[in-house]
Amino acid sequence: MGRYFRRKLLIYGLTFVIAVSINFAVPRLMPGDPVARMLTRNSVANVESSEAMRGYFNELFGLDVPLWQQYFNYWGALFRGDLGVSVFAFPSPVATVVADALPYTLALLLPSILLSWFVGNALGAMAARNKLLDNGALPIGYVLTAVPYMWLAILLAWVGGIILGWFPVAGGYSFALTPAFTWTFIVDLVHHWFLPFLSLFVVALGGWAIGMRNLVIYELESDYSNYLQALGAPNRLVRRYAFRNAVLPQITGLALQLGVVVGGALVTEVVFAYPGLGSLLLNAISSQDFFLLQGILLFIVIGVLVFNFLADVVYVLVDPRTRLGLEGGQS
Amino acid sequence: MIRRRTIFTIAAGTAFAATACTDEGTGSEDPSDLSMDQFPRNETLYSTGSAWGPPADWNTISPGEVTGLNGLGYESLFLFDPNTTELTPWLAESGEWTEELVYTLKLRPGITWSDGEQLTSADVKYTAELGKIEAVPYANIWNWLSAVDAPDDLTVVFTFTEARHQEWNNFLWAEQIVPEHVLSQLSEEEILTGANENPVVSGPYTVHSFDQDRLAWVKRDDWWATEALGLEVAPRFIVDIVNTSNEVTLNLMAQGELDISNNFLPGIQDLIAANPDLSTYYDGPPYMLSANTAMLIPNTTIEPLDDPEFRRAMAFAIDGAKIVDSVYSGLVAAASPTGLLPIWEKYYDQAVIDEVGFSYSASEAASILAAAGYEDADGDGFVETKGGDPIEFKLNVPTGWTDWEEAARSMATDLRAAGINVTEEFIDAGAVDDARTTGDFQLMLNNWSGTSHTPWTHYRYLFQLPVLDSQSTANFSRWTNEEAWTLTEELAATAAEDPRYQEILSALQRHALVDMPAIPIWYNGAWSQVNNSVWTNWPSESGGGPHVFPSMWNTLWNMGSIYMLTELKLAE
Repeated sequence: MGRYFRRKLLIYGLTFVIAVSINFAVPRLMPGDPVARMLTRNSVANVESSEAMRGYFNELFGLDVPLWQQYFNYWGALFRGDLGVSVFAFPSPVATVVADALPYTLALLLPSILLSWFVGNALGAMAARNKLLDNGALPIGYVLTAVPYMWLAILLAWVGGIILGWFPVAGGYSFALTPAFTWTFIVDLVHHWFLPFLSLFVVALGGWAIGMRNLVIYELESDYSNYLQALGAPNRLVRRYAFRNAVLPQITGLALQLGVVVGGALVTEVVFAYPGLGSLLLNAISSQDFFLLQGILLFIVIGVLVFNFLADVVYVLVDPRTRLGLEGGQS
Repeated sequence: MIRRRTIFTIAAGTAFAATACTDEGTGSEDPSDLSMDQFPRNETLYSTGSAWGPPADWNTISPGEVTGLNGLGYESLFLFDPNTTELTPWLAESGEWTEELVYTLKLRPGITWSDGEQLTSADVKYTAELGKIEAVPYANIWNWLSAVDAPDDLTVVFTFTEARHQEWNNFLWAEQIVPEHVLSQLSEEEILTGANENPVVSGPYTVHSFDQDRLAWVKRDDWWATEALGLEVAPRFIVDIVNTSNEVTLNLMAQGELDISNNFLPGIQDLIAANPDLSTYYDGPPYMLSANTAMLIPNTTIEPLDDPEFRRAMAFAIDGAKIVDSVYSGLVAAASPTGLLPIWEKYYDQAVIDEVGFSYSASEAASILAAAGYEDADGDGFVETKGGDPIEFKLNVPTGWTDWEEAARSMATDLRAAGINVTEEFIDAGAVDDARTTGDFQLMLNNWSGTSHTPWTHYRYLFQLPVLDSQSTANFSRWTNEEAWTLTEELAATAAEDPRYQEILSALQRHALVDMPAIPIWYNGAWSQVNNSVWTNWPSESGGGPHVFPSMWNTLWNMGSIYMLTELKLAE
């Protein structure tokens, strides 16, 4: 088993190096000059001054050295935990900008992904052998998955926020409040969180349910299920085995979803004007903020790797075949 | 094995370090009142449209300040009044040229910083001398300023090597005075790139708190102008919300959760018609005051765009009114042929405009082309260069700027109808920046000539010489007219009262119209829509409000927008 994890770690290590290198390269392949953009955005119009300032900022951001040197400096800084200074939110360090947005993103995405996974799988498994559910709930699931997310989110915001007026249409919490550990504030926070959460939950739910339903049906029709049934095993038992087998691909799917969690939910954040990493990523791209872009992508890379690794571990725990295969491989 | 493990430990460490920053990063420390966590609606102004990212920069020296830093927080010596194009004293009580090369400034007595210290001549001297650091945006004043003295607490004497009146006026109203006792404690790097959280300011507000999507200001009780000028800002709190999508902003405006929005909102005129609480500066088209001139920039290093007659034909071929009506639905106004903003209307030389001006006329465009020797020899409907080569130009605008995309499409259609083969092309905004700077384009749109105290900035934008490999702020068409540039430089050093001032301006208008280094199309608006349900008496042409820009843009506070806040009243 040790060898298995060593090999996995080696692959993850390599992936990390390559992904970080791509992180470095991609923003620099985009057209445009971040410093020029920064100066023009802030209308530094005076020629004599703007040249001096451009030189100063180029040096500050480390853009005045050759590309290969920037690359090594980047790795060096990374190992010191220094992600650089954001151009877009100058002069905030990238780490601060990301860390400020991260709580909103995690609070929105983790519950919606996990809840939709649990509920969706349960629903799908039930639907697999339940005509009523299969004909009633699943078509709704199909519709929800097929609906463009943007459209659904706007509809939710419009109905919940404008027509019914039950929910606010913008912000992480009311613009009339400042954070405080009071009931007013916490209720307000949840109030603002609910619609974006609901939109993500609802859309993901259908997908998980459909996937689970198909997987369970497949498992129930496989030889081992038939054999168990022929032996006279109770339906409950057969279903339990089928479910345990069917859930494996869903775990991989969950790991992938969780991995990109730190990427944020761009559309959600835009539609509900909710703070988070997604809109930050968009802003970083549009203002050529190499450093913020690298910072966010780094989080995504780490997220994907960590959750994939966790999925590997979970696989070993939940799937005896993997475990046995590993031990067999060692002997 | 060890190395692999190291990568992971450190990667994990990085993630941890970043998370650890959260605690200090969510800085909502409140300097004035820690228990305050709610803003009463009738004491709070909600605004949006100025901030494009999370509040991060309270440093007025470096570019990219948070909304309100220049104006609500820091202040300038003078205000510039776009209606009269004159400077009115603000922090300064008076200022004048006492000798040919000496400018003497008197400060108002009794101005205090938000930490209780007095604002004195030493602060003004310190601010000006900061310009000796090359990376300070106004470092250029030291090219013609030689010394600053502060003989007493309220007097500052500036001695020059060259009396550039117009450029100096720009410093007087555009630059913010900073506190010496705070900044002198900092290193040069901190002054230039520090975030300067909790700024010590002289203006009517100080920072209350901020978060990812908002910034709150709270009123200072000891603002100098209350005693000196009888001015008092009406809202106790100002909460500025980072720009959201147009749909969200329109909803918030319609519901009265926002009091003012200063971003372009397509379709606002329909919403105003349907919602009596909403209003703009003008009741009808163009609804908004003009902020800058959107111009078509031809690259004059390319044949036949190097021919003024060809550019003149293009000017006649483009229907500006069509763009105003169909693209902007009347939210903007068509530009004067001079390109000068309406605030400079008094300088328009009608004789020059009558003689060499232009207006939309497809037939006139055709006859100019024919007279200049451009003809369609191969019969494809488009003219060729004089050498017989086909002409095929791209008009670039940044992708996603939907109003500009439509405008470019309209212009290209007009030009093709006149026999000039131009197609619109939408490219990444960064690529547009690159192209404009390096001159690697054929045609593009640009609007960097904006409201200022003097048309000099407009002519500097058009005619600046020499043309370098990279043109970052002016003369994007790369046109060389030595005479026009000499006149522009002379304008910089001429006082507005001098009769020579209008002579130079008339001559420059002629140069601009004859040479056509850029073709003025329309005036972009100082976007502003307000809701009257909580706060009223907004700036407007017809109502009782002040005649200033109804705007929260940092560049406009010292153009009088501060009066918007002092004149606001609670709705009944």
